Amino acid sequence: MDFEDTQEEAAFRAEVRAFLAANAEPKKRGVPARARHVDAEALSRAKSFQAAKHDAGLVGLTWPKQWGGRELPQIFQVIYNQEEEAYAAPRGVFEIGLGMCIPTMMAYATPEQLTRYVPKALRGEEVWCQLFSEPAGGSDVAAVRTRAERNGDEWTINGQKIWTSGAQFSDFGIMVVRSNPDVPKHMGLSFFFLDMKSPGIEIRPIKQASGASHFNEVFFTDVKIPDSQRLGAVGQGWRVALTTLMNERLAIGDVPRPDTEDLLDLARSIELDGEPAINNVSVREKIADMHVRSQGLKYTRFRTMTALSRGQTPGPESSIGKLVNAAKLQEIASFGLDLLGAGGSVMDKDLAPMHAMFQEALLASPASRIAGGTDEILRNIIAERVLGLPGDIRVDKDIPFNRLPSGKR
Amino acid sequence: MFVSSPDRGASEFPGALVRGVCSACRDESRLAQPAGTEREAGDDAAMNFDFSEEQHQLRDQARRFLTEHATSKRIRQVLDGVAPYDRAMWQEIAAMGWLGAGVPEEYGGAGLGHVGLCVLAEELGRSLAPVPFSSSVYLATEALLVAGSAEQKDEWLPRLVAGEVIGTLAWAEGNGNPSPARIKARVSGGKLTGAKWPVPDGGVADVAIVVARDESDRVVLALVRLGSAGVHPETLATLDPTREQVKLSFDGVPCEILPGDGWAALEQVLERAAILTAFEQVGLAQACLDMSVAFAMERHAFGRPIGSFQAIKHKLADVYVATELARSNAYYGAWAMTAGAAELKLASASARVSATDAAWLAAKENIQTHGGIGFTWEMDCHLYYRRAKVLGLSLGSAPFWKDRVVAALETRNAA
Repeated sequence: MDFEDTQEEAAFRAEVRAFLAANAEPKKRGVPARARHVDAEALSRAKSFQAAKHDAGLVGLTWPKQWGGRELPQIFQVIYNQEEEAYAAPRGVFEIGLGMCIPTMMAYATPEQLTRYVPKALRGEEVWCQLFSEPAGGSDVAAVRTRAERNGDEWTINGQKIWTSGAQFSDFGIMVVRSNPDVPKHMGLSFFFLDMKSPGIEIRPIKQASGASHFNEVFFTDVKIPDSQRLGAVGQGWRVALTTLMNERLAIGDVPRPDTEDLLDLARSIELDGEPAINNVSVREKIADMHVRSQGLKYTRFRTMTALSRGQTPGPESSIGKLVNAAKLQEIASFGLDLLGAGGSVMDKDLAPMHAMFQEALLASPASRIAGGTDEILRNIIAERVLGLPGDIRVDKDIPFNRLPSGKR
Repeated sequence: MFVSSPDRGASEFPGALVRGVCSACRDESRLAQPAGTEREAGDDAAMNFDFSEEQHQLRDQARRFLTEHATSKRIRQVLDGVAPYDRAMWQEIAAMGWLGAGVPEEYGGAGLGHVGLCVLAEELGRSLAPVPFSSSVYLATEALLVAGSAEQKDEWLPRLVAGEVIGTLAWAEGNGNPSPARIKARVSGGKLTGAKWPVPDGGVADVAIVVARDESDRVVLALVRLGSAGVHPETLATLDPTREQVKLSFDGVPCEILPGDGWAALEQVLERAAILTAFEQVGLAQACLDMSVAFAMERHAFGRPIGSFQAIKHKLADVYVATELARSNAYYGAWAMTAGAAELKLASASARVSATDAAWLAAKENIQTHGGIGFTWEMDCHLYYRRAKVLGLSLGSAPFWKDRVVAALETRNAA
């Protein structure tokens, strides 16, 4: 056990630090890391940063050299991400495209298509989104109802996708659609990439309970896609979708705020029964409980990095990160507000301590327990893939999709 | 290199396990090497946060030995009061060099460093081995390493390492968590008077380090030979009869004072023991999780394995999460202990809180997963349940250690 980089890793870390120092602003205390909306200005800033990163050779680190990558082991991506943590670097815009869409393209698209799309995506000139979830298919991702009907060399798409991050500023998207409703659920799917500016696409932002809008609904009315943009065989779309999902980016340990230290700061700054709240036994126990969870995750991440550094693949055990973080965030937010008593309900930034960080988190935390795999799905994944317990009994396995009961919601 | 084969008898284990395998990891600085780097220990840069290959081999060999020897049958002999501990197992463990894993070679130890001892602790926790390992190694040996004079170390450490004597530490005087205010035992004119309970393995130990006050009311550590006249041991009924607890009354018993501030030394010993015990608790939690998973795959109800029900799957996923968090916190504790890091207070308290939580959750949900058979005497579930709770109490309970977590955070943030 030690905390040393190898020589190569240390050299790379130095390279990354030099780049970031010259090209990005350090994070400021008390300023939320993530913007509530990506406006035109934020998008253009993100694009220039990506271009600079590209020109410095710090994109596609693990990708083939043929496509502009450096063919480095995954630990180098982790090192990059660690260093970037300290900066207010706008990277969110490209995460889905470079993390999920382009790797899927690499597995299924033609060389000509890759030559056309990969370099522009890598340099941030074109943005990609991913269209999987639907109103009737959240955790049950394969319950896709958006229809694709073939007419010669062209497909016609009708239906609706939902929870699409970045659809409003994306140039291209990948999507899974139902090409045959007469066979069981997983068998009737096909997979495409498409131009998000195609006629018949309508994008509407979803206003979340917190007031922010990170996601969209995307409606498809007679949208045409050439058959040449199909990825994988007709009816094999689920297999392609699994490739996309496997490429979900490594948890890089964005610790959501407020965390233990913020709770500690809050408890020191306010009074409870005439003395600092930090002196209260139940407050101390809560802070300790939250601290050991945060630190447990941090050192679990160290173990994951060790596996990566040794060239091993971290298993699905990395799924504990989101499960623990999301619940902890909600608990810290709620407990922090309890310390404020009646005043905890006030979100006015001049009155609420720490820029209303606790109030904001209370409203945002339900989403983090759902988006990107619900708590329940993550527990299933741990039980099945880590502990080896049996999968759920699937009542929809052998029934044609169009004969499945659908429920009212 | 020592490699065990399945047909190798126990008699071939001695000496080889600890002494043969790990010459490459003798140097403690190789195990943990944070100092002098440009980064702080807590920084995101750990690329080698796992045991070394030699340490993994030590684990494999310990697991083989304990699987073969620490069987339910032998544990139950102690449970049923046939003997206070498994003497034959203890002798083999001593012969393999485990008792000296964390002791420098000059005192007859293997000089493996505390990380090697952590590996053994995890396996001992998994196995419920009914031996006075924690008392003699984590408490008495560590107390001597931390606070003993050169002569005291020379006199006692080689015998503790060889298993010729068993040691223990007596801090508690009845109910309550560690606090100098609770120490009433008194050393006067070189003689100890007072009563300590519960003392782990106090009936089988030959020597105890007793926390007491001297004539000027300072807290001191007093070394007492338990065979002396005036020592009255009284075995106590306990939650976990596989580990003996005793009340020791001292009636003017000759003792030797360990040099230095007794309370500061006790805190150091408790911190180290908390980390080693955290590894035992992690091993215990993992054993319970493994039992639960195996049972949930086997047991059918309503026409399917109970492990296919989400009520069971999600419960066991939560046990897994708690165990992994505890394991990671324990790793950090192991690092902090070996590196002598300034964060030892925070790391040890975090490891203890996290591991106590995981062991308790895993042990109680293991019984729950088993259903009715889980609370029968014949199943081993209750042995883990008993041990889990006692481990969580033995060095002071969760509220005490949670307070230390926050106290350490306050100090860190003030600096």
